[in-house]
Amino acid sequence: MSSIAEQSNTNEAHHAHQPARGFKRWLFTTNHKDIGSLYLIFSLTMFLIGGAMAMVIRAELFQPGLQLVDPHFFNQMTTMHGLIMVFGAVMPAFTGLANWMIPLMIGAPDMALPRMNNWSFWILPFAFLILLASLFMPGGGPAFGWTFYAPLSTAFSNDSTALFVFAVHIMGISSIMGAINVVVTIVNMRAPGMTWMKLPLFVWTWLITAFLLIAVMPVLAGAVTMVLTDKYFATSFFDAAGGGDPVMFQHIFWFFGHPEVYIMILPAFGIISTIVPTFSRKKLFGYASMVYATSSIALLSFIVWAHHMFTTGMPVAAELFFMYATMLISVPTGVKVFNWVATMWRGSISFEVPMLFSIAFIVLFTLGGFSGLMLAITPADFQYHDTYFVVAHFHYVLVTGAVFSIMAGAYYWLPKWTGNMFNITLAKWHFWLSLVSVNVLFFPMHFVGLAGMPRRIPDYALQFADFNAIISIGGFAFGLSQLLFVVVVYKCAKGGDKVPAKVWDGAHGLEWEVDSPAPYHTFSTPPDIK
Amino acid sequence: MTHLPLLKKLVIICIAMFAFAFAMVPLYDVFCDITGLNGKPSLEQAQQSTLVTENREVSVSFTTHAQSGAPFEVKSKEYSVDVKPGAMREVMFSAKNNSNEDKVMQAIPSVAPGKAAKYLHKIACFCFDQQPLKAGEELEFTLLFYVDTELPSDVEELTLSYTVFDISERLVARNN
Repeated sequence: MSSIAEQSNTNEAHHAHQPARGFKRWLFTTNHKDIGSLYLIFSLTMFLIGGAMAMVIRAELFQPGLQLVDPHFFNQMTTMHGLIMVFGAVMPAFTGLANWMIPLMIGAPDMALPRMNNWSFWILPFAFLILLASLFMPGGGPAFGWTFYAPLSTAFSNDSTALFVFAVHIMGISSIMGAINVVVTIVNMRAPGMTWMKLPLFVWTWLITAFLLIAVMPVLAGAVTMVLTDKYFATSFFDAAGGGDPVMFQHIFWFFGHPEVYIMILPAFGIISTIVPTFSRKKLFGYASMVYATSSIALLSFIVWAHHMFTTGMPVAAELFFMYATMLISVPTGVKVFNWVATMWRGSISFEVPMLFSIAFIVLFTLGGFSGLMLAITPADFQYHDTYFVVAHFHYVLVTGAVFSIMAGAYYWLPKWTGNMFNITLAKWHFWLSLVSVNVLFFPMHFVGLAGMPRRIPDYALQFADFNAIISIGGFAFGLSQLLFVVVVYKCAKGGDKVPAKVWDGAHGLEWEVDSPAPYHTFSTPPDIK
Repeated sequence: MTHLPLLKKLVIICIAMFAFAFAMVPLYDVFCDITGLNGKPSLEQAQQSTLVTENREVSVSFTTHAQSGAPFEVKSKEYSVDVKPGAMREVMFSAKNNSNEDKVMQAIPSVAPGKAAKYLHKIACFCFDQQPLKAGEELEFTLLFYVDTELPSDVEELTLSYTVFDISERLVARNN
């Protein structure tokens, strides 16, 4: 023990000036920039793994009939694709950006709880190792959809369900610790003079997201625990034979699930609200209204969950309530979209890569929002429910919404992280290829959905064949385009044109006052806030 | 600056929300009970009826199905009966264990439309108890019920559906 203690002491002495070398630097790091990078690299890895599963799905759906994989494996692919993209790609990417940028934006030397920060990252790879390993167990991995509805996940699931449950538990603990860290950092560590209404919007949206995480991730943990005990320990939460109710599962799940979708989009709003003013060379239009709109969306997200369940046989009064409450969310969301457009209005706009992704976000996220409004209309939802229209809707808000905002943020801050400008030509290729292919991929899904093609099925009726072939081609093109992103990031990390502290001439904020690349330790003495 | 007070509050919120997930289970039942949603009728024995509405008749149909894998065959002797609200009615059911093992059966009732659930009262029902059936055994059960005189006037037909479950393994698991 004593030798370990001594070793860590020398490490810490070493840490004070520059990072340690080798793997131990990353394993023992408590530095917010290191942990941010770890999160982002992890997220990119998961994005590629989850994307590879989507390629399997699209390859199978390229033609009607069963060609490549058997239906059970297809179900595992749809399930794992959803779980990995939600919990492995989008959420860790935002946590990574939060780790990197929040201390820099509020003038803090580090996150408030750096040791917990190390833990909240390092348990994550193990959660996904467990989840991915379940694919190789007898009977395969989870195949009940990422929503793991009972009784699919209880009475009819395979034996590896316990692995799924524990993986979700670990992911949940990781997100909760990350969220607690964000809240404590923002509340306690702001530089003197950084008042609430001076906070950058990315910080505001993350603060609200963190509260959502703290409120609903424990509910998810409760839901998976009930699935675990129902399956293995003869409880009857969701089993009618013992007095339980499978519909109750959906209520508990979506009580978590709806705030969860805002967890994946509020930080995106923050990123876009940071980037659009930079390249419009204007202040953000309606800062205060942005803060209030974000808070309203977060509060409303708790009273709309049953719009995922319109076809479960709810009484008309409840369906009307959830329909109107859902539509109400479009008001604060509309405020945001109009604010971004008003920020660009009469600005001196230039189209750098982060701005291209941001503009694509505004247009395509709004499109996803509109299809969401269509789904919110109860009588119409009976037609759309569980069709590809739903798939089109949530991929527009999550891929061209959340993922595009992450790409925008990555391109925006990459020069700050590495000190090098990325290869702009390659990055523009990445953008335009992604923009075209993502629409070829997801736009036709609206039509096949409206025509009645059900989701999560490995085969389909012949009349959908042409559209599905087009969708699959778009899918492969979008998947391959993302490899360009990997190349751009890798090359940027290795070298490139040196950039000044203020990388973008229109940028505002404390992160542009530190050198590029950002030194290992920043704001050891708090900055002056004007 | 110490982070401990804020940290404590946030951890308490987490624990409270975890507990809330489990609190949703009884809350859900209470909510359905009060509002009469979900078609979940009571599993308790009802009081005898005292009032009968002579000038109204409603049709009550019966349907049964066994959960997949449960080796039971349950049938009602009558497909549907017409009853006056308040009048008690007896319907015979037969249940057979098709397997060659002794099994325990549990029937779970459900009423459609859901809002009629709290107006269907059962005085005797095989669903009140777990029913052991020996291998290949066939038993007869009596359902004694009445429809409440307060049944909303727009309900003219209701369906009482039983899903039967094989709970033998569950009992073994619980007794161990």
